Amino acid sequence: MQGLEHELKNPPPQKLVVEGVSKQFKIRRNIVQALDNVSLQVREGEFVCLVGPSGCGKSTLLNIIAGLEKPDTGQVLADGQPVTGPNRMRLMMFQESALFPWLDVLGNLMFSLNLKPNLSRKERREVAKFYLHLVGLEKFAHANIHELSGGMKQRAALARSLAPNPAVLLMDEPFAALDALTREQLYGDIQRIWEQRRKTIVFVTHNVREAACLGDRVVLFSPSPGRIREQFTIDLPRPRDINSVALAEHTTKITRALKRYLPGAATEVAE
Amino acid sequence: MKRWMHALVIFAVFAVVWEILVRVGLIPEIFVPPPSRVALYLGKSLWDGTLLDASGVTLRRLLLGYLVGLAAGLPLGLLNARFKFMEDTVGMLALGLQTLPSVCWVPLALLWFGQTETAMFFIVIMGSLWSVILATDAGVRNVSPIYIRAARTMGSRGLHTWIKVIIPASLPFIVSGMKQGWAFAWRSLMAAEIYVTILTGFGLGHLLHYGRELHAMEQVVGIMLVIIMIGLLADKVLFSPWERFLYRRWGKEKA
Repeated sequence: MQGLEHELKNPPPQKLVVEGVSKQFKIRRNIVQALDNVSLQVREGEFVCLVGPSGCGKSTLLNIIAGLEKPDTGQVLADGQPVTGPNRMRLMMFQESALFPWLDVLGNLMFSLNLKPNLSRKERREVAKFYLHLVGLEKFAHANIHELSGGMKQRAALARSLAPNPAVLLMDEPFAALDALTREQLYGDIQRIWEQRRKTIVFVTHNVREAACLGDRVVLFSPSPGRIREQFTIDLPRPRDINSVALAEHTTKITRALKRYLPGAATEVAE
Repeated sequence: MKRWMHALVIFAVFAVVWEILVRVGLIPEIFVPPPSRVALYLGKSLWDGTLLDASGVTLRRLLLGYLVGLAAGLPLGLLNARFKFMEDTVGMLALGLQTLPSVCWVPLALLWFGQTETAMFFIVIMGSLWSVILATDAGVRNVSPIYIRAARTMGSRGLHTWIKVIIPASLPFIVSGMKQGWAFAWRSLMAAEIYVTILTGFGLGHLLHYGRELHAMEQVVGIMLVIIMIGLLADKVLFSPWERFLYRRWGKEKA
């Protein structure tokens, strides 16, 4: 009986817990407080967008969650375990595709799969083919990276990140360098893939509309020092259209909040 | 194929004009031998085997010395990029010695090794080693950090990152360094062969030198042509496949 009560009372387990993380950088003689006592929780399967202007520390937080950088104080727990370094259960996707030009598209997917133990070569190839199909690049398995368009590169990078089946996907402004049309296509793709594969996603962007379109929750950052200011739950049904009116209402609300924390500096944020 | 035809026609016209100018006496024959005599010399020395022997001796020295230069230069370049201490010592040394034409080593090489093949190897190695070290070092330093970060989040560590990411990512630099090392090795060997006589084998440089002593300019010009041919052939055989690979994958212009 107590078990049932426990089950009903407790929310789903936290996949990622950020506890009081601070981080300073020294640029020449100035000390920049990139993150100041930031705490954040992300549930399993949740799509969280971190939004804020350039320099608010959101990318730094993502790097710390990935284990690529160490916080000065505080810690990050993944599945209750402290993060001490990079782990393939938390894969990161970057603004530039970071695909390896010396390998073809399939080779890039195989790179991430080859680092995963307990799979035969044949199974790895099949997994790679599956994800290439998922992102619509099955015909480009043997294309060279420089032959792909910007959108195709990010699709290939997404497939490479998904292939080892990580529990958490960390995305650092992955669509920022793409044109608007390609980006809209990718919003559809990422929502479809997220529904199918049920990943926990932490998505960094400076585009408020993009954040509202994709996220279950939008976390608003302000710069110097980098702090979390407000959080917004977006409860619109999926798949969401970036151009819908309901979405615009959320966007307006978040942008207004953002401007409150940034007197005169709001120009860097796209609505 | 069409470009080859163009080149061939131009060179043929050039040779005919040259021949006519020498025959009618506009160019004195003691300064420039006519192409027909150069061709005659090449045919004769090809027939009696001196040309093939000399090319064999020269190529053996060049290839062995160059391979040793590569085998030592690539790992040293990687170590330089990895360890500050190596960079401050071997790196500095390489930077200095690369500016030294390696024919300057001839006096010391002769003193240390005598008139032997070893002296020739030493000079070829000194010619190629430093540029390979510097290019490898520069290549590794120019690897975009984002590749390394991406590899690390995918679970790549230590040696795996070096072999699967850093070395392939620096390939464009490494190949151009290898090419430069080859060019330096080739020049140093020619200079050394003209400069010193090594009794264990007469290379192309020696033939050129004897051509000068006998005032057989058709021999000098003939050997120069052979040296050019070997240079072009090496470029095609040794480096073109790499450059084609780089071009296909990276989509860059040839290094």
